[in-house]
Amino acid sequence: MSQPFSAAPRIATLFAKIGPALLSVGTLVLAWELYARISRISPTTLPAPSRVLAQAIQQRQALFDNTVPTISATLAGFACSLAVAFILSVLIDFFKPLRRALFPVFIISQTLPLVAIAPLVVLWFGFGLTPKIMLVALVTFFPMLVALVQGYESIDRDISALLSSMGASRMRIFLLARLPSSLPYFFAGLRISITYAVVGAIFAEYAGAAKGLGIYMLNAKNNFRPDLMLAAVLVSALLTLALFAATVLIQRAAAPWERLEGARKP
Amino acid sequence: MSRRLELRQVSKRFGDIDVLADITLHIEPGEFVSILGPSGAGKSTIFSLLTGGLEGHGGDVDFDGRPLADTRRPFAFMPQHDALMPWRTVIGNTALGLEVQGMSRKAARDKVAPLFGEFGLAGFEQKYPAQLSGGMRQRAALLRTVVQDRAMLLLDEPFGALDALTRTGMQRWLQTMWERHRWTVLLITHDVREAVFLSDRIYVLSGRPARVLREIAIPLPHPRKDLASPEASAIEADILDTLLDPQPAQRT
Ligand SMILES: Nc1ncnc2c1ncn2[C@@H]1O[C@H](COP(=O)(O)OP(=O)(O)OP(=O)(O)O)[C@@H](O)[C@H]1O
Ligand SMILES: [Mg+2]
Repeated sequence: MSQPFSAAPRIATLFAKIGPALLSVGTLVLAWELYARISRISPTTLPAPSRVLAQAIQQRQALFDNTVPTISATLAGFACSLAVAFILSVLIDFFKPLRRALFPVFIISQTLPLVAIAPLVVLWFGFGLTPKIMLVALVTFFPMLVALVQGYESIDRDISALLSSMGASRMRIFLLARLPSSLPYFFAGLRISITYAVVGAIFAEYAGAAKGLGIYMLNAKNNFRPDLMLAAVLVSALLTLALFAATVLIQRAAAPWERLEGARKP
Repeated sequence: MSRRLELRQVSKRFGDIDVLADITLHIEPGEFVSILGPSGAGKSTIFSLLTGGLEGHGGDVDFDGRPLADTRRPFAFMPQHDALMPWRTVIGNTALGLEVQGMSRKAARDKVAPLFGEFGLAGFEQKYPAQLSGGMRQRAALLRTVVQDRAMLLLDEPFGALDALTRTGMQRWLQTMWERHRWTVLLITHDVREAVFLSDRIYVLSGRPARVLREIAIPLPHPRKDLASPEASAIEADILDTLLDPQPAQRT
């Protein structure tokens, strides 16, 4: 099975995987560039991608300074949300009525419009990191909790029957079987939530912050600089993509068997 | 010789569905006994009652002369689907029962590792179940079962999901293994030939609600090499008659 020169096929498969995405994004950007040039539309209305890119490079120091706080808020908020979601999911798994008591509250929390909540949280907790962490946690917590609780439930009945026939305690069954069964659900939730997390952090900054991509966008808007606005959007998109890719890599390292399973399925 | 396991008039209902009506059967130490019955009869339910997966039933269950409730987990159970954990390597899966019993991870693995050859799994210790063939998965599940060193094995359709050729190979292999180790086995199957080939005795169950239609001793000598000897074929035909036309069941 092992091939002596495995690097070349690997690059080929990697390209086969991301090629179509590059192609579709590339086509879009190209069409936009052409439209901006041919229509001679004012760059203060719709700047061409080349101009956005040039501005992004020119403003790289300012962009970088404003990206760091956004990353910190995203990661800190997401870490808090993960920790709370995990603890609560375990409690719910061991004590089912808790689910019926808590889920309605969380569902309501998901229906709150961010436009209204973000300024309020900033008003209560100031311009520092705290309100950002809270907003990121608010938007990512429930999807993670649902993913974990569902993941525990996805345990193969035969496996839990087997473990109880062996005399395993409820705790042992949780650790040996329910927790590992939840991994695919956990990572699916992680991939969705991490994209929400970035948006949540930017929203929080937009509502008020000393630094950050959100406040950078707000300033660009107030100064009628759509090119800078789009440069910040570009950075946030790249940030989201990088975080998404990181979750995929973590999943591969943490659950190597999943790719084998996938390979067997038609 | 005291009976290893004895069920007397065991019954079970789920809500208003009668699943087991009257199950009376017994197994002697070192005996290989099969339960044959149509799909949905309640065969797996019998195992769930024995392993504690289900609670509450009518009738009595004794193990080595004492009520089953007073014993400490005398069964090693192989569920109907192999129930291998996809996230554990093959050696991790096969050592699972020992780890649950409290053995350290290393000690458990050291104990199963020498058995990999006998179970046709040598070299696959560090693979994941997804990398095994169907027959290998069943052998891994069987290894996980027998290594627990329990007084009795409960095997729920261990070869049900295999193709015919692999299944025949596995039946011969299990036959050899049993002749070597003389485990006490209760096997569930709906393969008549498999039951006749492997068993000392067979209980034939009716459809739901299940009761024991017949008890059949298989007097064929061990080691059995031939799946289709004339004697075996005659017993098979007889059992098939009972299963396909259960009306004159009273002829027991
Ligand atoms: N926990 C349960 N609650 C309600 N009904 C159940 C439960 N478990 C099994 N049953 C019902 O009991 C009947 C017997 O199920 P069981 O799994 O024991 O059949 P079986 O003889 O093993 O069938 P098969 O050969 O297809 O495996 C089925 O009709 C099933 O729907
Ligand atoms: Mg069954």
